[in-house]
Amino acid sequence: MTAIIDYDTGNIRSVENALKRLGAEYVLSSDKSVLDSCERLILPGVGEAAWAMSKLRDRGLDGFVRSCTKPVFGICLGMQLLCSWSEEGDTECLGIFPNRVRNFRGTIPEDRGLKIPQVGWNDIRFLEPELFAGVPEGSYMYFVHSYFAEINEYTASVTEYGIPFSSSLRKGNFMGCQFHPEKSGDDGEKILSNFLKMKL
Amino acid sequence: MLTKRIIPCLDIKDGQTVKGINFLSLKAVGDPVELAAAYSAQGADELVFLDISATLEGRKAFTDLVERIALRINIPFTVGGGISTADDAAVLLKAGADKVSVNSGAVKNPALISEMASRFGSQCVVVAIDAKKVGREWRVTTHGGSRFSDKELFSWAKQAEQSGAGEILFTSMDHDGTCNGYACEEYRRLSSILGIPVIASGGAGNAEHIAEVLSDDGGCADAALAASIFHYGEVRIPDLKRMLAERNIPVRP
Repeated sequence: MTAIIDYDTGNIRSVENALKRLGAEYVLSSDKSVLDSCERLILPGVGEAAWAMSKLRDRGLDGFVRSCTKPVFGICLGMQLLCSWSEEGDTECLGIFPNRVRNFRGTIPEDRGLKIPQVGWNDIRFLEPELFAGVPEGSYMYFVHSYFAEINEYTASVTEYGIPFSSSLRKGNFMGCQFHPEKSGDDGEKILSNFLKMKL
Repeated sequence: MLTKRIIPCLDIKDGQTVKGINFLSLKAVGDPVELAAAYSAQGADELVFLDISATLEGRKAFTDLVERIALRINIPFTVGGGISTADDAAVLLKAGADKVSVNSGAVKNPALISEMASRFGSQCVVVAIDAKKVGREWRVTTHGGSRFSDKELFSWAKQAEQSGAGEILFTSMDHDGTCNGYACEEYRRLSSILGIPVIASGGAGNAEHIAEVLSDDGGCADAALAASIFHYGEVRIPDLKRMLAERNIPVRP
């Protein structure tokens, strides 16, 4: 059983739909005892970092996620929350990954005419072998974001938008991706199904 | 590298596709879900569904359809048509749409854009603008091009961006339906004054037109939307993408 952590953020519906397409059993919950009984957790997220962190804290889920030993998969903002700090709202995050989350604005060259947010399909490279098993190097994924995770020792895939950034991260049982695997065609679904095979 | 997007658009009435569609070997398929799945399999990057129902029953059928599409396809899709309040948008987003486009509703009440952006996030707010050239000025129209508003295209697009629009979808009513190509000069100008993605719509008659509006020395648009050339099989998405790649326009294969 997989749990989607329900902390009042957007984009849960699309993750649910993807799990249904994959035939996965899942629950949607913010109850720690329910989450504890599942084999793996998905931390979804669309919205603003400071707001999302406060929602996690309100439910006492920040410490819970931090001390979790099961596979945890953060999607989009969910991955950013696993990092140490976000420039969005000057937000202290969960600190699983040591890197910061920066704004493209002010970081990427302005003369390249790159729009912010990055919206659309971009390629992922230097793929970590387990989460991306069966996903070809250079596959395209769907991104919608203004903030990005810096490259660090836990970078599990690299994408470039004016600057190379971590389009996914992995440290033991914790992993996450900036793009939306649930909206990234068959290759995106493959990533989700790889995660659904992971256990403690 | 971020790619340019190819977006087929489907008109929906009472939960069914409107136009007779000759798509691949499927003739006049009525079920939009099957069409959406077929376009997705062909390599469409995104889909747009416009509800042109005029009745409450029609709107209900559209919402049900959005739920079925969201369950079935694994690429992003935008829905629009007749959205005049943030609550209208909320119903469609809850049904599973990734983005909502507003047009006449935003012209009538510009605060709708900021209300939607703060409630749902800019990433799901597409502001669609229909405009017609009158003398030297591009005047914004509403109700499918049948009424003129007091707004001018470029200043309205800028205002929409400042209010929190995530993307601008401009349709030239002078080019729409002509099959003579997009309003490239206008897209180029929009792209230079806006910091958010610009979607081109209206006028595509062949693959060449799409290449022109997406290229850096043409319209500079971030995405191209088209309906009939895809529906009638005049342009097949895999062929189109191969041609764009040969022209060094970045596309997802």
